[in-house]
Amino acid sequence: MLLSLRNVSKSYTTAEGRLDILKGIDFDLDAGESVALTGESGSGKSTLLHLAGGLDHPDTGQILSAGRDIAALDDRGRAEYRRAAVGLVFQQFNLIPSLDVAANISFHAKLAGRHDREWERELVGRLGIEALLSRYPEQLSGGQQQRVAIGRTLAARPPLVLADEPTGNLDESTGDAVIGIMLSLTKSAGAALLMVTHSSRLAQMLDRKVHLSGGKIV
Amino acid sequence: MLWTAATALLSHWRRRPLQLATLVLGLSLATALWSGVQAINAEARASYARASSVLDQKELTQLVPRRGDSIPQGTYTKLRRAGWNVSPVIEGDHRIGNTRVRLIGIDPLTMPAKAGGFKTGDTSNLTAFMSQPGVLIVSQGTALKLKGHTQMQLQISPDMPDGAAFTDIGIAESVLKRRGELSRLLVAVEQRPDLPSLGTIAPEIARKEPGDRPDVAQLTDSFHLNLTAFGFLAFVVGLFIVYATVGLAFEQRRATFRTLRSLGLPLSSLTLLLVTELLVLAFVAGVVGVVIGYVVASLLLPDVAATLQGLYGASVPSSLSIRPSWWATGLAMAIAGTIVSSAESLWRVRSMPLLTAAQPRAWLRATTVGIRVQLAVGLLLLIMSGALATFGHGLMVGFAVLGCLLLGAALMLPGVLSACLAVLQKRSSRALVTWFWADTRQQLPGLSLALMALLLALAANVGVGTMVSSFRLTFIGWLDQRLAAELYVMARDESEASRLRAWLPARSTSVLPIWSVAGEVLGDRLEIFGAAADDPTYRDNWPLLSGTVDVWDRIAAGRGVLVNEQFWRRKALGIGTGLVLPGGWEVPIVGVYSDYGNPKGQVIVGIDALAAHYPHVSKLRYGVRVPPADAAGLKERLTSEFGLPAENVIDQTTLKRQSRAVFDRTFVVTGALNAFTLGVAGFAMFSSLLTLSGIRLPQLAPVWAMGIRRRDLALLEVLRTLALWLATFIAAVPVGLALAWVLLSIVNVEAFGWRLPMRIFPMDWLILAIVALAAAIVSIFVPLRRLATIAPSDLLRVFANER
Repeated sequence: MLLSLRNVSKSYTTAEGRLDILKGIDFDLDAGESVALTGESGSGKSTLLHLAGGLDHPDTGQILSAGRDIAALDDRGRAEYRRAAVGLVFQQFNLIPSLDVAANISFHAKLAGRHDREWERELVGRLGIEALLSRYPEQLSGGQQQRVAIGRTLAARPPLVLADEPTGNLDESTGDAVIGIMLSLTKSAGAALLMVTHSSRLAQMLDRKVHLSGGKIV
Repeated sequence: MLWTAATALLSHWRRRPLQLATLVLGLSLATALWSGVQAINAEARASYARASSVLDQKELTQLVPRRGDSIPQGTYTKLRRAGWNVSPVIEGDHRIGNTRVRLIGIDPLTMPAKAGGFKTGDTSNLTAFMSQPGVLIVSQGTALKLKGHTQMQLQISPDMPDGAAFTDIGIAESVLKRRGELSRLLVAVEQRPDLPSLGTIAPEIARKEPGDRPDVAQLTDSFHLNLTAFGFLAFVVGLFIVYATVGLAFEQRRATFRTLRSLGLPLSSLTLLLVTELLVLAFVAGVVGVVIGYVVASLLLPDVAATLQGLYGASVPSSLSIRPSWWATGLAMAIAGTIVSSAESLWRVRSMPLLTAAQPRAWLRATTVGIRVQLAVGLLLLIMSGALATFGHGLMVGFAVLGCLLLGAALMLPGVLSACLAVLQKRSSRALVTWFWADTRQQLPGLSLALMALLLALAANVGVGTMVSSFRLTFIGWLDQRLAAELYVMARDESEASRLRAWLPARSTSVLPIWSVAGEVLGDRLEIFGAAADDPTYRDNWPLLSGTVDVWDRIAAGRGVLVNEQFWRRKALGIGTGLVLPGGWEVPIVGVYSDYGNPKGQVIVGIDALAAHYPHVSKLRYGVRVPPADAAGLKERLTSEFGLPAENVIDQTTLKRQSRAVFDRTFVVTGALNAFTLGVAGFAMFSSLLTLSGIRLPQLAPVWAMGIRRRDLALLEVLRTLALWLATFIAAVPVGLALAWVLLSIVNVEAFGWRLPMRIFPMDWLILAIVALAAAIVSIFVPLRRLATIAPSDLLRVFANER
């Protein structure tokens, strides 16, 4: 099992009081598997993704990755986990504005100590962004930026790719193209994919679908 | 509608009180230093005008000698007989006890009413004023100093400036030993209509029309210009803060502007609201600034007064009056500064398409293009500065050289830093290091104004510090040479002086008279000193800048004159040039000596020649050479045998200590202004970092998400600030040295008449670096704390939606 969530709960304190987002979630993800995480707004999809990515920590429960509990790690441990074991793709692309496309793509791989020029070249070719390498994020369209973000994630060869509505800012045809590339490349890289999406059409393209409602998997 | 829209606009400040505080404080600080300096200048100038009105009667036409420094009594008599309503004045410096006063002898019977300045009172007072031992009309301060040292009655007048005294002309004539020699004649406003012309009666005198600026005002112009330049520098640095804060506040509110306009608020109304908001903020900041300026000026004025007294002999009160014009000017500067620094932002709002989205980061990036333009303009200004330094002349050109140098260097800084960072980014292979340099480069547009402000402040500190330290080192070396005598003795009267002349030679190695007369040479009123030039003390110690081989022999023989550097430069004199001294004595210049701290011209002739040409010379002061070990004993004997008060026998060490204290106090103001400017620059840095920290999250969050800890990111932020600070400091050193060179070689020569060798003081830079480093660390503390303690949920928000 690549990722296991055991009885994970998470709440936030807001102006209106305590807000329970996740309530005792149990979830498993195998290596190489792709899972769509669906649910209405506020159901806790992004929170679950953030917890799985070591970006946030749960109030209770365990998040097991390759046998170790991410929830029990300190800040340093979680940072190391994000560097080495996870790749993140966001709706807002979140590229590094000060680096050009080439540097953005190799950035995470270099941080993780897994920089492979050959693999990077192949990725760039398959993503169709060879001509964009010297450009800066602000000079790219949304679709181009998301392809660069996917390239950055996969260049690091993470065993787990977490994608939070990666096509949310793209039109339907660009979104389909981006998802197609992402699925194909994730498979090629042997990585597992956990993708938050509102679209049942996109969810159909993945191996499995998990639906969240009211902070629970239904 | 307007009020509703205003509420929406103002809500921005309610949500960002720190940004509002930064804006108000930035403008307040800028206004404070500017108005503080202006308050000092206004006080000093008012004081010069007051003193001049009282002492020089500048509101009246005067008759002055065309040549020499006196008008014969006969000329006055001729004019009176011809019907001219004129009144005589005899004036000169006179020492009473240890106090040198400017003694002005007037004739109360003929003195024009408009001359003012003194009141002799009723007839009995008038009689006392005109008869022996006489009356001295003085200020309260001068009266305190003279008390017990003169038999003359002291009458206090609130209008009198310190260091001057009115007395009857007969008494002045006798005390100053100017029998029948009048200094000038005051012309009453009321005159007969059929007066014969001045040319026919007394061609040897000339008319001097009223309204000339006081001499001391002209003399101190350069000092006040220096202060103004410093105030303006701080003002500009403060405006950088306003420009950056207003720019960002406008950009952050772009969505609000767009919504307001979409809801039907006309562009003109929006502009009106924004201008009103800025004016209100400027007014509030201006009031705060003027109040701080008043406090700053009050704190600095005593030192400025001491400086003006020490450098120019100008008397300025140590307390500050509140002048409405100064308040108005301070507020006007605050408002004008706000409008200038906000003009670009206002223009952007006016020309903004209705549907343009807010782009705080794009706003920063847009200035990247500006950096290149800045680089070119900066280079042009540096070239212009060099050209002006090479081909220009005059004090104003000196300040133009400074202005071009500082502005040029500041404008070039972001471009140069950007180029260096690009090279570092290219050379680094590690991902985090590459990102660090790239990200630092991306921050440059947002930080450029603060860095420019820091460069200006650091360069001013290095430059002025180098100038002051060079001056100090030269001055102390010069003082060591010039104050060669072990003891300086002053007799209380001529008979005591005569006894001293007889008593001292047997008890000392040599006795050096320090005698001088005042006179007019080449149109300047200056002191003519006598030197015992055949004594080895002069030959061994007196610092000469240039001179003939046999300079001291010629001085001793009365066949030559030495001139001080400032007189030599001002009059463009050369060795061998003949100089006509008072009384028509013509003598060639044989040497030039440095004479730091003296704003006026001075010449030295042989002591025998001085006594021969000016027999009435006061012979009260002497330098006494003795083996250093015997100095204390001789001082004691002088006190016991002659009953000389302690202040009339001063040893070399005390005199040097006093001179150094005067010197150091002179530059207290400069040091304070330097520190203030650095403080404003530190605040500019703080405000910029704070501003940037508000829009940094989208840049930092992805790096954090990829496995870099918040703590490491915070550390990198510190390193970034330190790297930029270090680069700015390194850039500031050559700029500061260039500034020092301009001050020493151009401004000082034009302002004071002396040129000093430039020395380098790396230890001073180290101290400055530590102070600036502390300021940098303080400036980053709040933004850093904000970053280090940011909750993961705040970072996650970056990924959830566009900020």
